[in-house]
Amino acid sequence: MTQHSRDLSRRRLLFGGAAVGAATLLTACTSNDTPAASTQTKAAGNSEGNNAPGKKVVIGFSAPAADHGWMGAIHANAKAQAAAYSDVEFKEVDGGSNSEAQRSTLGTLIAQKPDIIVVLPHDGKEVNAVALQAMQAGIPIVNLDRAFPDALASRLVIKGDNYGMGVSAGHYIGKMLKDKGVANPIIGEIAGLEIPLTVERSEGFKAALATYGFKVNNRRSAEFTSDSGQREASQLLQALPKIDAIWNHDDDQGIGVLAAIKQANRSEFFMVGGAGSKLAIDAIKADNTVLKATVTYNPSMASSAVSLARLVAQGRGLGDLTELQVPKEVTLASETITKENASSYDKLGF
Amino acid sequence: MSDATPTPTATPERPQLPAQSPPVDPAETAVASNKSGSGGKLSWWRGDGGDGAKRNLGLIGVLAALIVVGAVTKPDLYGDPNWVWNNVLAILQLASVVGVVTVGMTFVIIGGGIDLSVGAIVALAGVWCTTVATQSYGAAGMIFTALAVGICVGLVNGVLISYGRLVPFIATLAMLVAARGLAASISNKQTQVSSSTFINDIAARKVIGIPILVYILGAVVLAGWVVLNRTTFGRRTIAVGGNPEAARLAGINVRRHTMLLYALSGLCCGIAAIMLTSQATSAQAAMANLYELDAIAAAIIGGTLLSGGRGTIVGSLLGVIIFATITNLFAINGLSIEAQNMVKGGIIVAAVLVQQFQFKSVTRLLARNRVTTAT
Repeated sequence: MTQHSRDLSRRRLLFGGAAVGAATLLTACTSNDTPAASTQTKAAGNSEGNNAPGKKVVIGFSAPAADHGWMGAIHANAKAQAAAYSDVEFKEVDGGSNSEAQRSTLGTLIAQKPDIIVVLPHDGKEVNAVALQAMQAGIPIVNLDRAFPDALASRLVIKGDNYGMGVSAGHYIGKMLKDKGVANPIIGEIAGLEIPLTVERSEGFKAALATYGFKVNNRRSAEFTSDSGQREASQLLQALPKIDAIWNHDDDQGIGVLAAIKQANRSEFFMVGGAGSKLAIDAIKADNTVLKATVTYNPSMASSAVSLARLVAQGRGLGDLTELQVPKEVTLASETITKENASSYDKLGF
Repeated sequence: MSDATPTPTATPERPQLPAQSPPVDPAETAVASNKSGSGGKLSWWRGDGGDGAKRNLGLIGVLAALIVVGAVTKPDLYGDPNWVWNNVLAILQLASVVGVVTVGMTFVIIGGGIDLSVGAIVALAGVWCTTVATQSYGAAGMIFTALAVGICVGLVNGVLISYGRLVPFIATLAMLVAARGLAASISNKQTQVSSSTFINDIAARKVIGIPILVYILGAVVLAGWVVLNRTTFGRRTIAVGGNPEAARLAGINVRRHTMLLYALSGLCCGIAAIMLTSQATSAQAAMANLYELDAIAAAIIGGTLLSGGRGTIVGSLLGVIIFATITNLFAINGLSIEAQNMVKGGIIVAAVLVQQFQFKSVTRLLARNRVTTAT
């Protein structure tokens, strides 16, 4: 309660524009705040302020049933992040195995009137109507990863950059091959389940490769599982007796892809992964497989979504931004993890 | 009539029918199976179906046509004999896991049932044998766990169906959902990586140039063929599937037999789980996705009657290999999965249409045959 009122009073001060002194007092321990830079807006964006306990909020959470590594990490991350805040009550409902199931459990969740709901929909289009209903009922929706077509259906969208992921992979492969002086490279692609995000990834990949004058020679789509990755990779290797590079969309299915490569006894090419799993990061560091890089699409976004949901529900702004409220859209950058920078990604590996 | 020993190649236009097939009169079949083990000289592909030879020749024809299509579309690849041999092995490896599952499925369908839970059982057995706790017992522990889980889940299916009187479709549908749920919770929703080099090497190793997985498929198919065609268990399976009431009157414990059929299917799933875990060097709750449909489709294409009482192991194997060849063909030509699935769907429909046509003509023949023998 005392925390709460202190927080409120601070905000009132900030709103009042008399914050220079107050902010300095409250944030005196943050050493990099020079007095000159300590303006009103700067104070609002103090990250320590974000972590300080605020109003107690209930955050609802719904994501598809976790049946593979990435989705499992989404659930685990959201839960862990919520547990890190003393002022958050986390209410997870079963997202089921399809949109139909998710819609019905979301309906139940809305009826319980949480302060805010984080939703990773099976398909944004199919869950849009329920999200809209929640928004109209005064419950803000934080849309995680798979965007709703209707902008009114969410207060905030936080997602990975699927197109950008393809672009990062394409540039890494393009640059490597260009540097090696390969003129007409044979490039293979092992995509994931054929859903819109996979299509976006492939489009980004194609576009980035095109800037080097390269193209994909054979594309197989697996199902984000290691056994399907093995199956498709073994067929791809059979189709292309000589390969220069492969992009595999997902590190979990990559376990199977690497197994297939080992079983076929092939190593004349290098591979780029996707997502940034712990196993992939370790393999890149060890540098003893064809996997030389992976482009991130990190389930850490679930942690970020819960953090932002908390701030939205508490009406607070986001650290390091001058705005008083959390922005409406956050798209993560897809970074490229290589042997050189792999160790700095250890904490994000899932 | 029971001593008729037709040679399929000699009389293709008007084949005489052996006593035990097709079981239009299952009581007779059941009795025949109790009296004598074998119905004379059956050629290796015959199985139990009177038109088995013709059908299997047809399937081999389809396979040949697919290979010709491959050779025509990719002459550069097919020009290299070394590559062709490797590709044959790649197709067989692709068929191996589903093939093992299909052998079990063929028994269940011939026995008049259906098992929709095979994919889920493979996933559960795979996930269970790769949990950290299980892996600490080494490869032998993992193999034992996978087989035990497969058999146990199969037995649960069997008990529900034969003693609980649940419709097979419902019981195994429930198991499909439940087993995947259990697999997800056991695996903690994560991909379980196998650290056993013994398990991982099964898929990576070859013996005399042929992958071990292909030997396993061969062994399971051979065992399935022997059990179906050369043992009382096999004859009883056909009798139970053809007409359970007649089989019961013939002295067969239909309930126990049905239960054992599902356990057999579960055992095949356990074997498949080890193979798949070895291939992917890992297991997860979502693996072996839709294997139930692949196995059912392969069995049907192979001539197994969905209503039970008729089917061959060799036909099912050919069905699986045809599917694997299609997948391979599409991959080689860089065509999309969607197109591939459409072609597969078309083939299933075509096969069932052909089957219906053939079955009608066979029953007509039978009727004619019976009249002549009666007089």
